[in-house]
Amino acid sequence: MSNHSLSKHRGSLLTQSSNTKKRNAAETRFKAYGMAAIAFSFLMLAILVTTIFSKGMGAFQQTFITLEVELLEKKLDKKGNRTLADLKKISTFGYAPLIKSAVGSKVEELSINTALKPKQLLGILSKGAAAQLRDFVIANPDRIGETIQFRFLTSSRVDGYLKGRVTRESIKNDKSISPEQLDLVDLFITAGVIEKTFNIDFIIGADASDQRPEAAGMGVAMLGSLSMMLVVLALALPIGVGASIYLEEFAPKNWISDIIEVNISNLAAVPSIVFGILGLAVFINYMHLPMSAPLVGGLVLTLMTLPTIIISTRAALSAVPPSIRDAALGIGASRMQAVFHHVLPLAAPGILTGTILGLAQALGETAPLLLIGMVGFIASNAPDSLASGLMSPNSAMPAQIYEWAKRADPAFYERAWGGIILLLIFLVTMNAVAVILRRRFERRW
Amino acid sequence: MATFWIIICLILLSTAGFFLGRHRALASAKGQVPQLHSLPAYYGFNVALTTLVPSLAVLAIWLLAQPLFVETRIAAMIPADLAPRSTEVGLVMSDVRRIAEGLDIAVTQGVMTESEIQHLSVDTIDLRARLGGLGIALGSEVLPEFLVAARSYREMSQDGRLMMTLVVTLMALVGFARSYGQTHKDFRARNVVERGVMALLILAASLAILSTIGIVFSMLFETVNFFGLHNWRDFFFGSSWAPDFRGDSTLSMLPLLWGTIYISVIALLVAVPVGLFAAIYLSEYAGPKTRSVAKPLLEILAGIPTIVYGLFALLTVGPMLVRIFGRGDDGLLGVEWMSGATSVLTAGLVMGIMLIPFVSSLSDDIINAVPQSLRDGSLGLGATKSETIRQVVIPAALPGIVGAILLAASRAIGETMIVVMGAGAIAKFSANPLESMTTITTRIVSQLTGDTDFASPETLVAFALGLSLFVLTLGLNILALYIVRTYREQYD
Repeated sequence: MSNHSLSKHRGSLLTQSSNTKKRNAAETRFKAYGMAAIAFSFLMLAILVTTIFSKGMGAFQQTFITLEVELLEKKLDKKGNRTLADLKKISTFGYAPLIKSAVGSKVEELSINTALKPKQLLGILSKGAAAQLRDFVIANPDRIGETIQFRFLTSSRVDGYLKGRVTRESIKNDKSISPEQLDLVDLFITAGVIEKTFNIDFIIGADASDQRPEAAGMGVAMLGSLSMMLVVLALALPIGVGASIYLEEFAPKNWISDIIEVNISNLAAVPSIVFGILGLAVFINYMHLPMSAPLVGGLVLTLMTLPTIIISTRAALSAVPPSIRDAALGIGASRMQAVFHHVLPLAAPGILTGTILGLAQALGETAPLLLIGMVGFIASNAPDSLASGLMSPNSAMPAQIYEWAKRADPAFYERAWGGIILLLIFLVTMNAVAVILRRRFERRW
Repeated sequence: MATFWIIICLILLSTAGFFLGRHRALASAKGQVPQLHSLPAYYGFNVALTTLVPSLAVLAIWLLAQPLFVETRIAAMIPADLAPRSTEVGLVMSDVRRIAEGLDIAVTQGVMTESEIQHLSVDTIDLRARLGGLGIALGSEVLPEFLVAARSYREMSQDGRLMMTLVVTLMALVGFARSYGQTHKDFRARNVVERGVMALLILAASLAILSTIGIVFSMLFETVNFFGLHNWRDFFFGSSWAPDFRGDSTLSMLPLLWGTIYISVIALLVAVPVGLFAAIYLSEYAGPKTRSVAKPLLEILAGIPTIVYGLFALLTVGPMLVRIFGRGDDGLLGVEWMSGATSVLTAGLVMGIMLIPFVSSLSDDIINAVPQSLRDGSLGLGATKSETIRQVVIPAALPGIVGAILLAASRAIGETMIVVMGAGAIAKFSANPLESMTTITTRIVSQLTGDTDFASPETLVAFALGLSLFVLTLGLNILALYIVRTYREQYD
């Protein structure tokens, strides 16, 4: 009896006992949990990246329609004297008939039978087409009377149709496009009148109103982000490096430097929205700096990135071995000279890496920008100088993405994902530069 | 942009000062560098810094102090019956400021002249309509008192601006003259410059403190204003959140706190097991090669901006959850539990993904800090690797892991974009994770975006919420850092 039970528990070198089996199984399971956790994280990363790219790549392509428009003199310049003031009197409504007849003649030229009225023909074009034509005429008054080939944006529905977002089923309740219009679009595609090409305007253009998702671009918001990053770089780098040098090299070890130290490490963990509240209360409500100005955004982001830069700079400074300082002091340098002539240059790659990472973090930050008003309006004009780039209202890349995500038309979602691709390109580049710097210049003492 | 030009001038002057100072020092030693007390550049720096730093400091202080000074003077001018309560002074002041700005714009556009403004009277001209024509919208009719106040506001601002320019230029010139005069081969330039640089370094370090003080005071000040307008009992112990800009709102933090905590708990339910197991695998099982690939890949998740996660929640995870739990018979489960894409679960899941790398990299560090001798002892007694981890390594690392989880929790509570886009806007106490709920950060954003009126409790409540959030996250952080630090010391 006892012999039997013993043999049940005790195995040999060749056969495992049940207890060992159980323990080994537990071991395998435990390891599998770990692998599953890693796999889960990678899966999520993969889903995130594929979602971004599959939904966002469309924004880099846009559907255009090529039409020959006759710039009729009797419509655009009745007096025939080509003065700018007279030309400007004709609003975009005056140009719509020209485009209408251009689409009409294209339909005739291709001998298409369609039951669509001229107004519906115009519906496949962007609402901005007339403005595009008007801008051209005002810029080139001498070309009135000629027939000129134009590339117009199509409406966002037609664009969506070419990209597979809009189908005949999905537009049943959509008033802005009809199946007949899509039939016409099909014929135009086969004739090569409508094509989908690379869309540079998404990268360099300005945001557009709610009605024209097809024309919205990221360019002006990118300039806004750039101005903010300039402010952050100009303020956070000197202040951060100065603070780190003091704390690391000169500060006496007493309760004051202890407080500063604890303070900085806690400041790094303060929610970013709190910095937005600070910016609203101090910079806008108290100092009356203009709302939505990249200068204010830059100041807020400076406060936010400062702890990051200080922490990484201190790490870089403390990595420089004390022998360097001792050698400098030994040949008669002052402490200040030892730091500025020897320690700081050696720590520079580390400081630079930390700064780039801090800037990357600031570039992607959205929450504080919501509070200082960098969303909710259409960033339509590119700033013409550095001063206006800092002071006049603008958006920023993440704020522009948020703005698009809030709008009702699903065509803007594609823009939002596309904007994320642009944002990620910047972030990946910055991080890659930081990694390369670290690899290239990192010294082991 | 007058300030901009002042700064440019100061920089030019100090650059010139550098070369002049350097030259004068060399000349005083007849070109013999060894005759000088300090290296020639130090004499240049001395002149440049003495010119630039005090004048820039005065400029900065002036820019900060002038609005405060002007506003208190103007506020005293406004008759008491127009602004009976202290909070309404703010409203009146913003009107006055608007009018003053409008007049400024009118002058720059050439619509009005300075003398015209001096003789302006509200009885003869409709100022509101005229300024409205220039694109400056005024909330109410312009009262004569307001016009007088706006006029003196402009005068004071202009006088102040002029005085500032004069004082700053004078400071720069005096600094330049003094330091240039001092420049001589026996002058101890290096010591002076180093003392100055040290002062600048200390200033930079104290800016970190200053921004904390700024955060606390800016919120504390407005929070006190808020509690002057709204009952604090309702804020801390009330049960509903219903802001109403016509007044009489109930503004209680508790439903928001509930939403915040609920979403954070779901996020931690995702992030803690996944992050912890990932950390255990990476530190105890994975070889150096796997580690060097897997760790950076995991950390990518932490580097992705939160707006991306927000969009992911709103446009991908939310609709996916609706397809599973909603849409009645068309859905995957055939149930109708979820109506919209925003819900506690949507925000919680996505936030959980975001937090995985926080938990994993912190726990990884902590597990690595457990001394190898503990593992060796356990393995030597015949324990398997997983038994060693579960019964020796994890208990030894537990305080640190708790600290890491607390840090992740503080991150979750303060997270904004994911909840703004994924959680919804309805404040309620509900246990159903498929309903949309709102959080503290979401409400701060919605109360402070758009036109904000700093005299209404509906706006000011955001500062009280912000302060509560700050205190909450700060408390968690200090606790977590304390735990981690005591833990580290244990094995050092």
